[in-house]
Amino acid sequence: MSKMLNLKLKIWRQSGPYAQGAFLDVDANDIPEDASFLEMLDIVNERLIADDVEPITFGHDCREGICGTCGVMINGQAHGPEKATTTCQLHMRKFNDGDEIVVEPWKATSFPVLKDLMVDRRAFDRIVEAGGYISAPTGTAPDANEIPIPKEVADSSMDAAACIGCGACVAACPNSAAQLFTSAKLHHLNVMPQGQPERWKRTEAMVETMEDFFGSCTNHGECHEACPKEIPLDFIAFMNRDYVRSKVKNRSLASQ
Amino acid sequence: MVTLDAKVPDGPIQDKWDNHKFSVKLVNPANKRKFDVIVVGTGLAGASAAASLAELGYNVKVFTFHDSPRRAHSIAAQGGINGAKNYRNDGDSVYRLFYDTVKGGDYRSREANVYRLAQVSVDIIDQCAAQGVPFAREYGGLLANRSFGGAQVSRTFYARGQTGQQLLLGAYQALAGQIAAGKVTLYNRSDVLDIVTKDGEARGIVVRDMLTGQVHAHSAHAVVLATGGYGNVYYLSTNAMASNVTAAWRAHRKGALFANPCYSQIHPTCIPASDEFQSKLTLMSESLRNDGRIWVPRDHDETRAVADIPEEDRYYYLEEKYPAFGNLVPRDVASRNAKTVVDEGRGVGPLKNGVYLDFAAAIARDGEQAVRERYGNLFQMYERITGEDPYTVPMRIYPAIHYTMGGLWVDYNLMTTVPGLYALGESNFSDHGANRLGASALMQGLADGYFVLPYTIGDYLAPKLGEAALSTDDPAFTDAIRAVDDRTRRWTSKQGGTHGVEYYHRELGKIVWEYCGMARSEAGLEKALSEIPALREEFRKNVKVLGSPDGINTMLEKVNRVDDFMEFAELKARDALHRTESCGGHFREESQTEEGEALRDDENFAYVGAWEWNGDDQAQTLHKEPLHFENVALTQRSYK
Repeated sequence: MSKMLNLKLKIWRQSGPYAQGAFLDVDANDIPEDASFLEMLDIVNERLIADDVEPITFGHDCREGICGTCGVMINGQAHGPEKATTTCQLHMRKFNDGDEIVVEPWKATSFPVLKDLMVDRRAFDRIVEAGGYISAPTGTAPDANEIPIPKEVADSSMDAAACIGCGACVAACPNSAAQLFTSAKLHHLNVMPQGQPERWKRTEAMVETMEDFFGSCTNHGECHEACPKEIPLDFIAFMNRDYVRSKVKNRSLASQ
Repeated sequence: MVTLDAKVPDGPIQDKWDNHKFSVKLVNPANKRKFDVIVVGTGLAGASAAASLAELGYNVKVFTFHDSPRRAHSIAAQGGINGAKNYRNDGDSVYRLFYDTVKGGDYRSREANVYRLAQVSVDIIDQCAAQGVPFAREYGGLLANRSFGGAQVSRTFYARGQTGQQLLLGAYQALAGQIAAGKVTLYNRSDVLDIVTKDGEARGIVVRDMLTGQVHAHSAHAVVLATGGYGNVYYLSTNAMASNVTAAWRAHRKGALFANPCYSQIHPTCIPASDEFQSKLTLMSESLRNDGRIWVPRDHDETRAVADIPEEDRYYYLEEKYPAFGNLVPRDVASRNAKTVVDEGRGVGPLKNGVYLDFAAAIARDGEQAVRERYGNLFQMYERITGEDPYTVPMRIYPAIHYTMGGLWVDYNLMTTVPGLYALGESNFSDHGANRLGASALMQGLADGYFVLPYTIGDYLAPKLGEAALSTDDPAFTDAIRAVDDRTRRWTSKQGGTHGVEYYHRELGKIVWEYCGMARSEAGLEKALSEIPALREEFRKNVKVLGSPDGINTMLEKVNRVDDFMEFAELKARDALHRTESCGGHFREESQTEEGEALRDDENFAYVGAWEWNGDDQAQTLHKEPLHFENVALTQRSYK
């Protein structure tokens, strides 16, 4: 049997987007240290249900750190204390018996709370829809090896494409900025040869859509610290450079 | 009366798809905008179909229960995607991929569909590369490949250990482009709870808005289901928590035949459950078996620490039983042998529910650094979950359910037995027979969505030019909305109740795993068939659902899904009982070779078993689609 922990939880409860929220104090006793953080919440929920209390709502799905659905603030840290780890992959052995744990939803105006710990991250989809794709309608592709791509370029693109869109970067940022997410989306496509024709249009549109929803970046770097996939900060610099160039490029392209 | 007409085109297997593409009816480009198509699900199959149909000009509505299309469970696939490119010059071809897939499926798939899958596999790689999928590359800039799942050629393309994620992002981004262009309307957080038919044809769907609880209908000329598999009927699987059978099951209840529900695949290298509250099982890449040695203590009551157990007291059961293949025997063989030793009481770990996968020999031979380079990320994942360091202590592994080969019966056009209703990807049955090869799930999802449905759907739609989609005011819709709303509200209006929905799901999973899991027997399946209906009855009477139906209610979402699993599980067991042969992922203890391998009965079971729903109190009727093997000779597998 795994070791058991007794924990004091303060969990944010909010019945709907416009409702007043409050912390619920829960004594979570006999939590196996081999449980994941979300399994700990499952256990708490089963006990709440036994007491006829509605369970705590939280977003989750794959529970293996790849779908990006889960994510809560744990003692003020997005996804909790373990580096490069989503909430679902955080395990209770990282906590000590008797710990008090404060659990809150992502806090950002652009991610409104839907219920309890679940937030609405549709603003991320709007940024992608603004240009986060390469227009290659099905059937038009040349042979996959027609365009050689240096390994370093493909690897760098992959580093960016590893982003799971969880929103921890926004939640960790004092300005609720989405620069890390947006720059990762841009870098994934902008470094690839296939991504060049739409590069400047994409950059301008995605950055400006981002600014419609999110705050401004002041280079705190909290986003990178919170990121479960360790997306590098320098992608933001690449994005800023491309954005400035896009202002010129898009006009000169149009005048050709 | 249902007749199963697979509509397989005539001609040599190499020409069938080309001939078919020429003979199907076309919808003129200017007329495509006059047709509405509903796509349910945004995994690889759904997102690729929705984007491709919209690019052609159809009006597409796409539905997902996730907050974003990108979260569908295709995202979790690690290994890779097969494509018969023969870039390695090692003798691969469309024909070889076709042959391997039919054989790997233990001769229970439809040859024509599999051949087409192998044909379009090359186009998929091109398409994904054009979208910017960051496939692994060699230093020269060309695409890298690896050999996967025991294949004798290197035909698997990959993007680190995140191939599913990258392919899904490619399809999701194509979808996002079409959403921005106004050709696709996205409905997120929408739970599809029924399929609407009229005059025998699919007309639309009934959806519960998961934010408001409102139940409403959507109408279209055709409905496409790309809703994944039924692995979560086992409760513990490598599927995501919300993966479910509901849309497919509701389609089944509306007349779509369900094929081969007994087929499910077990993956041998998963992390064993640690306690009762375990919510899911995590898969680790099979590549670990290349260097890890699998063993258990010979003594059932072994109490010494691992390091103190001498070689002669270790039972390397795969190496002893299968000297030629050793630890690299196929998934089903490795899995069944693990079950055997654990059932014998030789299991390891605190719950005695695993076997060792030991890297000590590889570390001694190649050095820790070499092992770290090969498997570093997997070792890290293992340590994060278990708290144990696999460089010093052997990993513990146990098999888990991770894919389901059965699904809605479809013809060559991917249409179910309900005209106008299509099923794609894991939700249909057609390509993998009784066992799926590694790196073939991603291939099939994208084949169906990018390169099959966009051609075949026109054949159904073309004659409907000028017909409006059925109004959602039609009684077919209003009755269906009322039925779904009543069903949903019934759960929350019930007073009392003993256990939450998780409890019942877990209990169901135990029954299905025990009697319809890795090994099945007549007595066990009979037991399952008596226990499942009893549990279902208790569940319906006593499940406790709190909160309101008018808003976010995760218990309510889940109770509808478990309710459908309770019905589905019974059909699964019935199918397993009727198929008295062993084949692929379906192992009947009564049907094995002297060496304990799966023994097929081609004389009596070379068919697709497709079940027809006859109403709540009636047993389903079995229909058979005979399978003809004109190109691949039937043989018995052997790994000695």
